[in-house]
Amino acid sequence: MSAPPTLSHGTTSESALVVSNLTKRFGDRTAFSEISFEVGYGEVFGFLGPNGAGKTTTVRTLGTLLAPTSGSATVAGIPLSADNGVEIRQRIAIMPESPGLYLRLTVTENLEFFAGLYGLHQPTARIKDALEAVNLADRASDLCGGLSKGLRQRVGLARTLLSDPAIMFLDEPTSGLDPVASLEVHNLIIGLRQKGVTIFLTTHRLDEAEKLCDRVAIMNQSLRTVGRPDELRERLFKKALVVRTLAPLSDPDKIFAHLAAVENWRSEEPGSYVLSVSDPNVAAPEVARSLVGAGADVLSIAEAQHSLEDVYLELINDDVEATKS
Amino acid sequence: MRGPDTTRVLAVMRKELLEYRRTRAIVVTMIIFPFFFLIEPIVSIFVASPSGSAASLDKFVTFPLLYMLLVPVVMPSTLAAYSVVGEREQGTLEPLLTTPLRTSELILGKAAAVMVPTMVLSYSLYVLFLLCVQLFAHPAISSAVFHEGPVLLALFLFAPLVAGWAIVVGLAVSVRANDVRVAQQLGALASFPIVAVVLLMAVGVIHATFGVAFAFALVILAIDLRALRIVSRMFNRERLVTGTKATRSRTRRVSP
Repeated sequence: MSAPPTLSHGTTSESALVVSNLTKRFGDRTAFSEISFEVGYGEVFGFLGPNGAGKTTTVRTLGTLLAPTSGSATVAGIPLSADNGVEIRQRIAIMPESPGLYLRLTVTENLEFFAGLYGLHQPTARIKDALEAVNLADRASDLCGGLSKGLRQRVGLARTLLSDPAIMFLDEPTSGLDPVASLEVHNLIIGLRQKGVTIFLTTHRLDEAEKLCDRVAIMNQSLRTVGRPDELRERLFKKALVVRTLAPLSDPDKIFAHLAAVENWRSEEPGSYVLSVSDPNVAAPEVARSLVGAGADVLSIAEAQHSLEDVYLELINDDVEATKS
Repeated sequence: MRGPDTTRVLAVMRKELLEYRRTRAIVVTMIIFPFFFLIEPIVSIFVASPSGSAASLDKFVTFPLLYMLLVPVVMPSTLAAYSVVGEREQGTLEPLLTTPLRTSELILGKAAAVMVPTMVLSYSLYVLFLLCVQLFAHPAISSAVFHEGPVLLALFLFAPLVAGWAIVVGLAVSVRANDVRVAQQLGALASFPIVAVVLLMAVGVIHATFGVAFAFALVILAIDLRALRIVSRMFNRERLVTGTKATRSRTRRVSP
């Protein structure tokens, strides 16, 4: 796969993508505003956000399809500008949400066409490799119009692999796919990550982002946060223990309130209590002793696990609340 | 600024031709449609009375010959009008624009793909017509047809030029239209100026001489080349991808 590009002044760019205060407006409507982030080479970077958050517009802007209203960016070491459009597009590959295949052409003919546009030498070998990577070698002669949505998505992925890009932009690559087809796409992305390909993945699917991405950005017209999923969890949520007892406690406040390691507590349902703690490893034994001392039948004491979905909903709900107020 | 890359232009052209070949409606229309333009000239030539003077016969055969000039105008307009808006409608334009393909390369490739079958079919039709005249028409009529040097020259010389005109008009409509049907209807307007010129020549307002033929050829060539550049400039990636007009950017426009 492509190595980090050497810049004209002889140094090597550290980041595959550097975005600085980038804004895109369509008339009075702001697609995204003042976003800044960096993506390292070989990183799988998730770009999350609700519908209309500006994810696709960001990809189109970085892919030189749209001109930014303001701000700057460097894509694969090349500054985003009018003059560099062709050079940038030579180094990247974008798979839009809809694969956009020529349905009257075969899989191979579609790929041959795009190989020609990238000016690839020995396209036959490259096409064969790309089709093998997406497990489609046996469908090479099929007309794209006769393929299922999942298979078309795979042809779209094969197309992005053709040019050996430094950065791959995948816009909702598993949108509309069944679980098996999604899993195949996930495995392909994992394989590409292992080969050191930089992947910019926009998705609605938080489980997908959590599984595949080294870092994620959560976007809602402006960038809400960027970081590793575990970092975001720590940043947004206090640590907590979830305590479950066989029967509801008669006086939980008497049990939990006096414990030094417990900051506060709440009951989510009868027999289930969430305790805010600063250090679960210190708090858990203390809580266990107190419960046993009070004669409670303890079913479990576990550290609360927050998913990326919790992080996402926390941030997006904040935006919804802010809009309402 | 670098010129168009031939490899990419040829890749676009090959893909377009392959798509035409796989679309039965296009193939059938391309084969059958030109023959309708052969009916009027053939009938005119074969029902003509060879008894008139040589001058009146020459004048008589001019219109059927010029009539066939409409073949390379009418035939490509629909295909050209479909070319860009069709890509947009079938969702293939965005992937295409994410490649290193330049606008000029896309336009040239599309234009060449329409030009090739148009010229093959137009010239085939002309040769077929002249063969029929040579073999089956009355010798006086046949002689009158082959005596029309400037008109025959115009027929062969003008065919690619008027086809070029129809193609650039079709492409211009295609890069601006939001709907395939509208594009194809507007694309048909390309034939109007050519029809007007043919009529003016047929009724004798413009006299077909070698000089006039060359002058017209140069004018149409200049218009075609200029129009091709204008079409490239009309191609607005932002509008075509998002359906909205490009806003003025503080950074420079990204649309190579």
